[in-house]
Amino acid sequence: MRPLIKPIRTALAVLARQEGSNYVTTMMTIRRLGTGATRAALAISALAGTGAALAFGDKSVTDIPGGPRVNGLDFQPAVTEVADQIKTLHYGMLIVCTLIFVVVFGFMFYSIFKHRKSKGHKAANFHESVAVEIAWTVVPFIIVILMGAFATRTVVAMKDTTNSDMAIKATGYQWKWAYEYGNGEGAGIKFFSTLDTAQRQLSEEGKPAGNDYLLKVDNPLVVPVNKKIRIITTAEDVIHSWSVPAFGVKQDAMPGFVRDTWFLANKVGTYYGMCSELCGKEHAFMPIRVDVLSAADFTAWVDKQRKALAAAADDPKKVWEIGPLEARGEKVYLANCAVCHRPDGKGAGPVKPLDGSPTVLDPDRNAQILTVLHGRLNGAMPAWQGKLSETDIAAAITYTKNSWSNHTGQLVEPSDVVAAEAK
Amino acid sequence: MSAVLPNPADHGHDHDHGHEHDHDHAHGRPTGWRRWVFATNHKDIGTLYLLFAFTMFLIGGTLALLIRLELFQPGLQYFNPELFNQFTTMHGLIMVFGAIMPAFVGFANWMIPMQIGAADMAFARMNNLSFWLLIPAALMLVGSFFMPGGAPAAGWTLYAPLTLQMGPSMDGGIFAMHLMGASSIMGSINIIVTILNMRAPGMTLMKMPMFCWTWLITAYLLIAVMPVLAGAITMTLTDRHFHTSFFNPAGGGDPVMYQHVFWFFGHPEVYIMILPAFGIVSQVVPAFARKRLFGYTSMVYATSSIAILSFIVWAHHMYTTGMPVTGQLFFMYATMLISVPTGVKVFNWLATMWRGSMTFEAPMLWAVGFIFVFTMGGFTGLICSMAPIDIQLQDTYYVVAHFHYVLVAGSLFGMFSGYYYWAPKWTGVMYSETRGKIHFWSSLVFFNVTFFPMHFLGLAGMPRRVADYPMQFADFNAIASIGALGFGLTQVYFLVFVVFPGMRGKGEPAPQRPWEGAEGLEWEVPSPAPWHTYETPPKLDRTATKVIG
Repeated sequence: MRPLIKPIRTALAVLARQEGSNYVTTMMTIRRLGTGATRAALAISALAGTGAALAFGDKSVTDIPGGPRVNGLDFQPAVTEVADQIKTLHYGMLIVCTLIFVVVFGFMFYSIFKHRKSKGHKAANFHESVAVEIAWTVVPFIIVILMGAFATRTVVAMKDTTNSDMAIKATGYQWKWAYEYGNGEGAGIKFFSTLDTAQRQLSEEGKPAGNDYLLKVDNPLVVPVNKKIRIITTAEDVIHSWSVPAFGVKQDAMPGFVRDTWFLANKVGTYYGMCSELCGKEHAFMPIRVDVLSAADFTAWVDKQRKALAAAADDPKKVWEIGPLEARGEKVYLANCAVCHRPDGKGAGPVKPLDGSPTVLDPDRNAQILTVLHGRLNGAMPAWQGKLSETDIAAAITYTKNSWSNHTGQLVEPSDVVAAEAK
Repeated sequence: MSAVLPNPADHGHDHDHGHEHDHDHAHGRPTGWRRWVFATNHKDIGTLYLLFAFTMFLIGGTLALLIRLELFQPGLQYFNPELFNQFTTMHGLIMVFGAIMPAFVGFANWMIPMQIGAADMAFARMNNLSFWLLIPAALMLVGSFFMPGGAPAAGWTLYAPLTLQMGPSMDGGIFAMHLMGASSIMGSINIIVTILNMRAPGMTLMKMPMFCWTWLITAYLLIAVMPVLAGAITMTLTDRHFHTSFFNPAGGGDPVMYQHVFWFFGHPEVYIMILPAFGIVSQVVPAFARKRLFGYTSMVYATSSIAILSFIVWAHHMYTTGMPVTGQLFFMYATMLISVPTGVKVFNWLATMWRGSMTFEAPMLWAVGFIFVFTMGGFTGLICSMAPIDIQLQDTYYVVAHFHYVLVAGSLFGMFSGYYYWAPKWTGVMYSETRGKIHFWSSLVFFNVTFFPMHFLGLAGMPRRVADYPMQFADFNAIASIGALGFGLTQVYFLVFVVFPGMRGKGEPAPQRPWEGAEGLEWEVPSPAPWHTYETPPKLDRTATKVIG
């Protein structure tokens, strides 16, 4: 295998490094043509009266910076070199395709209008021509190879995750993202990022509103500007996909596997994406928001996070009263459980209700503790061990045991969870 | 004898036809429901396939309209997201396995024996079985909506490990696909054996009509990849019930491997759904240009190259799974290459039209419409083949637009072209040209109104398979929904005002060769085609397009 792969590698390296004047000039021309085309497209859409406001939907909606534009006709504005290259490649492809389109269909429509029986056109009697057939095999062949050659540099660049300034693990859950800062400035910070609960409610009621509808999250991912960020993706249950169009990044998050991608945002701002692999019921409701901050702002953010983490740390040996534990449990429940089991505990579709559930009402408290810790039905009910603290798990269980029509009066202490974990 | 429904006016026909030995046939032919349940005649089975496919097409289309209804506006107005996912999944499965594939088998049953001068398909009883297997499969698939937990909702690609979370209907879906796969394999064996063994003397392979050629190649593709799908879904089944871990990451399985196996089936499957349409268009265009097909030989080679290349491009569906750079480059270049033979086919069709003497009856309109919109789908395919762009567009509405341009405007338009071209031979009556034109123009307009805006949605970043979306996408979604309703109603119009009258034998009697420039053995027999077309092998002229005794 090796002797085969080596020349390919060398060729790739040459292509990737190729900064020859021809390549650069061509790319510049394409970019200029593309910008012209975008302006034309924007002008057309403005003329059609769709550029400014929605014609069918809510008229007050406007573009959201770093996210989708109202009736956008093109990629979102690029804030990374890769996204910019993708845009250029796309313009190049559009230009080539348009040219081929005009030539090919020019011939076709000329023929359709001229070579009609109704115009008295008599059929010619040719049905092959080796020269022509070879020509229209070889020319497209050369064209596609050139297309490939232009794209190769970007393919290689997109896969090059080395020399990153910071690595962040993004874990897909049904249906939220968890971020964990690895090496670099924010090392050790970790949190969940979930769709704002009010948004899901608006969706359910069929009354969408706001520019950031379905894009608003509780805790955005925060990164510094002009730093190479390596995103390591994985997932807990099913496949998700971490995608931010303005960065030109989309990387599937695979359960049981680790993949990576990278971006280097060159502009401070807020950028949005959405989960891009069907992941079950709430697939439409797991957005991604990335806040790109200046170096100083990022340092300040890291400090704030560290203080908050320290304050929130719980001692699992602490003995709680039922009142405070229930109050805390309600918060935990609404942030983590309500998306499936609903805020009223009634469940929905295949999701089991907790209100009146035999497991919740079971006098043996371990029944529910073990379910929460280890999950059920292949991750349809996730395993929460390690994802929530023992105190949070104990609080959520205590809350469900004493809410709605459930009046068990049972109290689950963090130490009970610790004991169950040891089993 | 009308080959579709019994027609009293045709009773005399059998007697004209009767040789002495025909006597037995006339007595042994079942009537009433037995004619269809025990059908062994390729024409009856072809009719069954087409009716079945159209029924499934309407069911799948209804699901599509429900999807578009929910997406007409942002916000969840009608369905919960779980049900929405069931709609998208079942729309895909029903259209691919229930509508397009059986419809092409229906065309093959009707036309292949007639085109090669054979009496029937090679294995008449297996033909019956391969059709009737589809009925329980379809019942199980569509019935899964009524099973606990509803229909499968993991997308038509059935990606693991989401499939492991599905309710019992997932197993129903898997068994349905096993049955449909078995049916396809039997159908393919039948087609291959018929084409290779039952051609009339003088009908050499390189004189065969293009429709037979494209189906021959399609049948080989089917035999090669349907077992791969069966393997993938069987492993899913054992992962679900017998604690294996082929794809279940909880047990060390590899969900990416599922995608590799699925797309090793899935990409050739794309060509399975388009090659027979290529064949139909390759027959219709010469007939209405009154000129021989340009580059017959290169057409055959181009079709074969497409088939072979289709086996080495599967992972272009998986650029975002995180393949190594060499993998991405290999699949990118291979995918781009496949556009070369596809381009050759388009060029050949144009060269056939060039300096012809064209008329534009419905079959030709559909064929030209096919070339036009299919080529647009080809361009977006080329754009998607470029890995960096594809990563940006993967799982967005751009992809939805792309594959509907090649599957609706490609396969479906090709089939409509074939229907208008051959229906006079099947029914014995001409369709109404005006109605055919109304059907074509409304379909073309509504199709583009539906799917063209989806390109913009995808570019702007709207993911596919979502039940709700940010407000900025509202207009194009509304436009697409309006177009979809129009497209759906147009197909009902086709059924009621074109197909039904044809089946009832209403309309001008069709001459033996209704199209001036049409060539081939199907035009050498009366319309409607007799019960058994060529009981003794016909003697053919040098070009194998005419019977000379």
